[in-house]
Amino acid sequence: MQKPKNIIEKIWEQHVVHHEDGKPDLLYIDLHLVHEVTSPQAFEGLRMSSRKVRRPDRTFATMDHNVPTRERHVIKDLISKTQMDTLKNNCEEFGVSLADIHHPDNGIVHVIGPELGLTQPGKTIVCGDSHTSTHGAFGALAFGIGTSEVEHVLATQTLWQSKPKTLNVKVNGKLGLGVTAKDLILAIIAKYGVNFGTGYVIEFSGEAIRALSMEERMTVCNMSIEAGARAGLITPDETTFAYLKGRRHVPKDDEFEEAVAKWKFLASDEDAAYDFTLEIAAEEIEPQVTWGTNPGMGLPVSGSVPDPSLLEKPSEREEIKRALDYMGLEAGQPITSIKIDHVFIGSCTNSRLSDLRKAAKVVHGHKVHSSVTAIVVPGSMSIKLAAEKEGLDTVFTEAGFEWRDAGCSMCLAMNDDVIPTGERCASTSNRNFEGRQGNGARTHLVSPEMAAAAAVAGHFVDVRKFAAQEVL
Amino acid sequence: MEPFQIHKGLVYPLNRSNVDTDQIIPKQFLKRIERQGFGQFLFYHWRFDDNGHPRKDFSLNEEKYNGASILLGGENFGCGSSREHAPWAVQDFGFKVIIAPSYADIFKNNCGKNGILAIQVSEEKVHELMKRAENDQYHLTVDLAKQLVFDDTGFEVSFDIPAYSKEMLLNGLDEIGVTLNYEDKISQYELSVGA
Repeated sequence: MQKPKNIIEKIWEQHVVHHEDGKPDLLYIDLHLVHEVTSPQAFEGLRMSSRKVRRPDRTFATMDHNVPTRERHVIKDLISKTQMDTLKNNCEEFGVSLADIHHPDNGIVHVIGPELGLTQPGKTIVCGDSHTSTHGAFGALAFGIGTSEVEHVLATQTLWQSKPKTLNVKVNGKLGLGVTAKDLILAIIAKYGVNFGTGYVIEFSGEAIRALSMEERMTVCNMSIEAGARAGLITPDETTFAYLKGRRHVPKDDEFEEAVAKWKFLASDEDAAYDFTLEIAAEEIEPQVTWGTNPGMGLPVSGSVPDPSLLEKPSEREEIKRALDYMGLEAGQPITSIKIDHVFIGSCTNSRLSDLRKAAKVVHGHKVHSSVTAIVVPGSMSIKLAAEKEGLDTVFTEAGFEWRDAGCSMCLAMNDDVIPTGERCASTSNRNFEGRQGNGARTHLVSPEMAAAAAVAGHFVDVRKFAAQEVL
Repeated sequence: MEPFQIHKGLVYPLNRSNVDTDQIIPKQFLKRIERQGFGQFLFYHWRFDDNGHPRKDFSLNEEKYNGASILLGGENFGCGSSREHAPWAVQDFGFKVIIAPSYADIFKNNCGKNGILAIQVSEEKVHELMKRAENDQYHLTVDLAKQLVFDDTGFEVSFDIPAYSKEMLLNGLDEIGVTLNYEDKISQYELSVGA
């Protein structure tokens, strides 16, 4: 009998073009997603060596990082404009499909891949962006690469990769009411740190993971990289197949049924081994808020900011002191006492239709606190349209939120959505690094529901106390 | 890519863990379409205040580290984004080697593609080197072929590197050029899976 395999090993083996002992494998890449920031130097490299894009049909580009969310066609920043124009010219020259800012499919690369059905189970997917791990939600092996590798994939449709170690993160039980996929992944990273996944690909499994919708699974896989893992994935199941059915790039009719039959074989074999397994009890997780300058510096909303003087290791004491200093927080301060100036609902982590619906439900009938500026940035233009059809935009704008166009926006503030120095933001994005949302800006990562509640209260609150049960 | 064989240089110690790519190169500098010229933006907000003046409290601005070419870092160095602008900035500033107890995967990978040698040694050894480099101008020699880091006073530590990465660095090989030699196998693979 064959040795049982996990899903990561199965996908890997299906994509090995060349294997030699003691060397990385040459791995075939099924789908290459491209955006304006990490690709110009790669296309330039091709041009200088007179090379072509080997498979333009497996390459798909969008503009997202620089795109303005107000008057999106007017790009005032000339360097941003050059970068976007460069992508357009490169796509034309090399024959790559592009959803530019005028295109109805335009949006954040990790939002539109799944939306268009480009992302499918069993595929190898890369993009010059670390949050490519998002696509793992579909049971794809998806990871971020640098620009040299972008050029390598453009030229050869392959990458030299060493087989990763495998980590099974098993989440048992059920998440409580008002506790979201975002809280789940934040709590895991807070518990095990920002590098427990380094060198691994994570498979998320267990009852709590199976119960998640596709959009929630994307939130979890999206932040695998914040645990150090280049990729995180979830075995595809009926939830996955139902999401995929009918999407533009997904096989139709009989071919769809054939594809599903194939996808079902991807599931990890019963006795498959992993290099490491972690088990987590979903019931123990509360809504989370990060207080520091990396995603591992997080706490349940009922907690208090840590006191560095209680720590033994000098390097840890120093790190926490630095973080508190940057964040302008006092040791021992309750999380719920932290007042905020901004709320950002958006990013490849939490900008999908269900995220917006949940935030809107919490906001409905309330007003944004007078000291808070709040914006909603849908992940794609099609999500924006769908949300408007449901009237979500009205719920948000009546409450005092600004309703914007799609893009990466304030997640990394490469466009003009920037938090001023010293101001504080409750953000549904994925990174709270120093300066991430603007030089000197202070970021707290939360779920869309928690962001919505904080917008109304003006400080962090436990959304389970803030909102009625039927809203959660 | 420039081949990397032996390098002797001044060590700059950056005693912080989880140094992320947003610190190495802040996002406002990612808009250029060239590979060159990112060194001036390295650790920008740590090196410069809001008016663009060098911060006195950031050690890289100290005169004794002028010309440093070996960057000594803490745990999980280069975590965060996949931006290759980070190693480009490190390299353009003048660093050829990084020594740290651990790295984020994508960053380390990106270093290799640019001829920067990212060496992993134990936390104890890094700690020892930190102390030496914080106190004085301290030089190390890195010999890739022998996989050794040493100084003139008898300190020596060996390091591991996958044979493939070592060969690419030693010879400064163009990886795409190498891969294109496998064109037949790639085409065969595509045929076999109907891709």
